[in-house]
Order: sequence, then structure tokens, then C-alpha cells
Amino acid sequence: MSTILNAFSEAGALLASFDADFLAIVGLSLRVSLSAVLIACLIGFPLGAAVALFRFPGRGAVALMLNTFMGLPPVVIGLLVFLILSRSGPLGVLGLLFTPTAMIIAQAILVTPIIAALTRQTVEDLWREYGDHLRSLDARPLDRLGTLIYDARFSLTTAVLAGFGRAIAEVGAVMIVGGNIDHATRVMTTAIALETSKGNLATALGLGIVLLVIALAVTATVQVINAIGARKAAIV
Amino acid sequence: MSARQSILPLEVRQLVFEASGTRLLHDVNLSLTVGQRTVILGPNGAGKSLLLRLCHGLLTPSSGDINWRGAGTRDRAIRHQAMVFQRPVMLRRSAHANITHTLKIRGVARSERRERADAALALAGLSSLADRPARLMSGGEQQRLALARAWITEPEVLFLDEPTASLDPAATRAVETLIEGFHTAGTKIIMATHDLGQARRLADEIVFLNKGRLVEFSPARSFFENPETEEGRAFITGDLLW
Ligand SMILES: Nc1ncnc2c1ncn2[C@@H]1O[C@H](COP(=O)(O)OP(=O)(O)O)[C@@H](O)[C@H]1O
Ligand SMILES: [Mg+2]
Repeated sequence: MSTILNAFSEAGALLASFDADFLAIVGLSLRVSLSAVLIACLIGFPLGAAVALFRFPGRGAVALMLNTFMGLPPVVIGLLVFLILSRSGPLGVLGLLFTPTAMIIAQAILVTPIIAALTRQTVEDLWREYGDHLRSLDARPLDRLGTLIYDARFSLTTAVLAGFGRAIAEVGAVMIVGGNIDHATRVMTTAIALETSKGNLATALGLGIVLLVIALAVTATVQVINAIGARKAAIV
Repeated sequence: MSARQSILPLEVRQLVFEASGTRLLHDVNLSLTVGQRTVILGPNGAGKSLLLRLCHGLLTPSSGDINWRGAGTRDRAIRHQAMVFQRPVMLRRSAHANITHTLKIRGVARSERRERADAALALAGLSSLADRPARLMSGGEQQRLALARAWITEPEVLFLDEPTASLDPAATRAVETLIEGFHTAGTKIIMATHDLGQARRLADEIVFLNKGRLVEFSPARSFFENPETEEGRAFITGDLLW
């Protein structure tokens, strides 16, 4: 019980202190996860929509891969990326291992299947409604894709938030490819793991509370903006 | 709209449509020409929607031919057609943006879209609702928007599938007036309805369907005054058993 109480005062102290190290950790967490989500959106939206709309060779395989990767544990993805980026790996020459870039890559791989799979479902549903009109217009495939993604944008926010939640909360992938190096690749989740292993439970829990608050703040902001936009466009 | 050669006439030969082993349309033969307002009439489930969707190219025939005799090989016949559905498909955008979307799809330059959309909205009496989200408009307003959206594509053929089936009399009249506008501008009207009154008001010729078969194809006047078949007579008097 006292650990939990201590945790809250630790969390309060951390937030109030504006400690440079702590802010750097928070900043890196956000930078890595938001970059990963952005990349995942750029790939996942068109990919998911294409799987929903088009019949192409390998479509079944892509769908299977999306669903499989959606459930893969972060450590496995971290390990794969580690092997690829390690000095003896195929992309070893880039020297990216143990950098924030490596962490962004790993999280992007983690998040893309989630966004793509949810996009596929959303776009399929909307196509059922829009299909007649878009086919009657003889809209080109890319125009169909663009129309559906644009008009589904408020539902797709849910996918983006799910992806962000997965990225900001995961520890396995960033730990393996980032290495939790102080002042370089340490993020909130790896810091929590470290503090826990050192027995500093109150600090670990304090960091956890801060993580929760930040995730909540991001989600709430996005949802409010989304709700206002959706109301304006009369989505519901 | 009529400066070029038209994609009409439309020749339908031995058209059959089946779904999951059931034959829903049986050997339909039709020839539709420029100028006549064609009304496809028949009770619910007769196959009116199927026939329209097949002709427009939204469905593929199980067998038989649908031939736009005037269409060249250069572009697709569907590009010269538009369709308005019983339940209008409204994009999740404003009324105005619903129209500019169509203009964009059809390759109209961005600089021209606004003005042309304004003109189409004015024509449909929707100028004051330009910024209203389309999905918040009333049924009648939505159907008028669908017609405005069809109008800006300058179709040679306009398919309408029971466009007033869920509208009140005033909204129905507004929609019928717009349909007349298309006709006056030279667009071929092909409309499905089960509403006898509407068919009497709008039709030049009647395609009477029942149970997936073409029962009569005749000028409107002779169909209503002197139907050739018992089924046609029964439908007109409201006694059709099905
Ligand atoms: N995809 C389909 N699969 C099976 N039956 C269908 C399908 N589409 C339509 N039908 C059936 O075909 C018949 C004709 O349908 P429809 O053309 O919609 O009639 P109408 O428009 O004249 O009311 C109906 O009995 C309908 O249930
Ligand atoms: Mg119908």
C-alpha cells in the first residue's frame, strides 16, 4: 500500500520537477511512437483499403500476414528487426541498431498490421454503402480508394489510436533494438522495466502513472478533435 | 448533350439473370431509343431493379446481351450514363462537396468545380443547403441532390430506380419536375416504378415486368387504355395477384 502511495508522490514529483532527463525520456517515447504510427498510417491505410477493394494475386497471403502480425508479441518483432539491423544482418551496414530510428522501424512494423487490418474492415463496410455510386460514376480504382479512406477518416481514428496505444505501451521491441541506453534510446517503458529490476518500485510505478496520463492525454485530445469534426460532417 | 452521336439505342437480347440457382429474369428482349421516357413498371419483386442495374452495368448478365449500339469503342458506355437509386447514396460531406466530388472523379479542373456545383445546386433548389452535411438533409432533399449530382455529368441516359418510393407528394412532385428537366435537355429517361400514377404522369412507353418476365412493351397510352395482356390489365386495375 505504501508503495502505491509513494508511487503517486513520485509521479507528482516527476511531473512537477521538469527534470531534464525525465523530460528527455518522455520526449523520446512520444517521438518514437508517434513517428511509428505516422509511418504505419502511410502504409496501413492504402494497404488495408487495397485489400478491401481489389482482387489481386497474393491478396489472401497479405490478409493472412496482416492478421498474424497483428497478434505477434513485440519481442518477436524486436528480434526480427534486431537480426536484420545487426552488424552481420542484411541491413547491418546502415548502423541503425541501438538508435531511435531502429525503434521507430520496429514499432512501425508492430503497428502497421493493426492499422491495415482495421482499415480493411472499415473500408469494406463503407464500400457496401458507396459501391453502387462509385461504380456508377465509373470512378478509377485510386479515386475509389481515396474517396473511401477520406470518408472513413473519422472511423479510422480508432485504428490510429489503437496503433498508438500498442506502440507507446510496448517494451519488448524497443528494448531489444534500442538497448535502453541512457540519454540515447531510453523510453518510458524501458525505464520502468529498469527501475523495476533495480527494485525501485515506487519510481517505476510513478513512471507508469505518467505514461498512463500521457497516453490518456493524447487519446482524449484526438477523440475530442475527432468528435467535433465528425459532428460537422454528420458522420453519425 | 446531343451534339455527339448518342450511345443509344440500347439493345437487350435474350437477357437472363440468375442468382444462387434461381432464374430472376427470363429472356428479356428490349430496344430503347432516344427521346422516349421509358418507365419500367411492375409490382414489388418483378425484377425492375435487376433490369436497371444490368442495363447500367452494375450487374453482369448470366446470359444474353446488353448492347449500346451507338457507343463507340473509344470510351465506356457507362461514362455517358447516370443512375439515381431508391435510397440515395450520400457521401459523408456537404451537399456542395457531394457534387464537386463527382466533378473531380470526372476530371473537371478544380477551378471550374465550385461554379458548376453552385449552378447544379441552384437548379435543384438546394442553394441554401449547400453547406449542409448531405446525410442530415431530408429524403426529398437528398434525392434532389442525387439528381443534381447526376445532372453535372451531363448523361445521355439517366436510370432512376423508384426515386420517389419513400417521398411525400410534394417531394415527389419536385423530383418529377427535375426528371422532366433532364428529358427536356435531351437525356434519355429510364425509370423503374411501381406507382401507376407516376407512370401515367411521366411515361412515353411502358416496359411492364412481372415475375421476372417482360410481359408488355408498348406506348404508354395504349398500355393504360388497352393493355394487351391479362396481367397488364390486372395490374392497372389493382387486381394483380402475386
Ligand atoms: N442478389 C440476389 N440474389 C437473390 N435474389 C435476388 C437478388 N437480387 C434480387 N433478387 C430477387 O429478385 C427478385 C427481383 O428483385 P428486384 O429487381 O429488386 O425487384 P423490383 O425492383 O421489381 O422490386 C426479387 O424476388 C428479389 O428478391
Ligand atoms: Mg426495386
